[in-house]
Amino acid sequence: MKVRLLFFAVLRDIVGKSEADVEVPDGTRALDLWQRLRSQYAPLAAYAQPPMTAVNESYVGPEAALRDGDEVAFIPPVAGG
Amino acid sequence: MSYLTDDTIDTAALVRRLLRRSDGALVVFEGVVRDHSEGKAVESIFYDAYRPMAEKEIGAILDNVRIEWPDVAVDCLHRLGHLVVGETSIAIVCVSPHRAQAFEACRAVIDRIKQTVPIWKKERTPDGEEWVGWQHQC
Repeated sequence: MKVRLLFFAVLRDIVGKSEADVEVPDGTRALDLWQRLRSQYAPLAAYAQPPMTAVNESYVGPEAALRDGDEVAFIPPVAGG
Repeated sequence: MSYLTDDTIDTAALVRRLLRRSDGALVVFEGVVRDHSEGKAVESIFYDAYRPMAEKEIGAILDNVRIEWPDVAVDCLHRLGHLVVGETSIAIVCVSPHRAQAFEACRAVIDRIKQTVPIWKKERTPDGEEWVGWQHQC
């Protein structure tokens, strides 16, 4: 299945793009996607736990199973206000 | 209804839209870009957001506040983009017949926005630029 990853703030700087469509196996969880990013981008290697995660614009837990077409965003520490 | 803007925030306009004849209290909170952060000089801040989600999250926060403080009318506007010292990054307006509810609701809105709304800031200092909060995550 295919999911769309969105990158914001520090993650966009690290990854070098604002979004990416990725092919993942059925049953992939948000956590699995984070581990994949960690293995691809050295600055993320130290972060074993994913930051807050949003699927289709709502927060989910790291164990949330993804579905085809989902829009996934890892949310670095927020700093609004 | 949009809670995000790329332009200067007109707080007085928010107040005009909100204030009712039955209100006896008006509380405004503005967040302002300051010239220092954790001992470093700050020259400016860039605000970034996951816009559609930030709109939803702020909307949900305001909806909950309206339920918790039914006498209060509330609105909020957060600015994004490049802001310099002294500029307003967020304005929250709460009006109510009496002051206690307006103070409480206004405090709740800003505290909740800081916790969950996907907005980020990158501080520009004489040493370079840094996304706030990321380095402490480990």
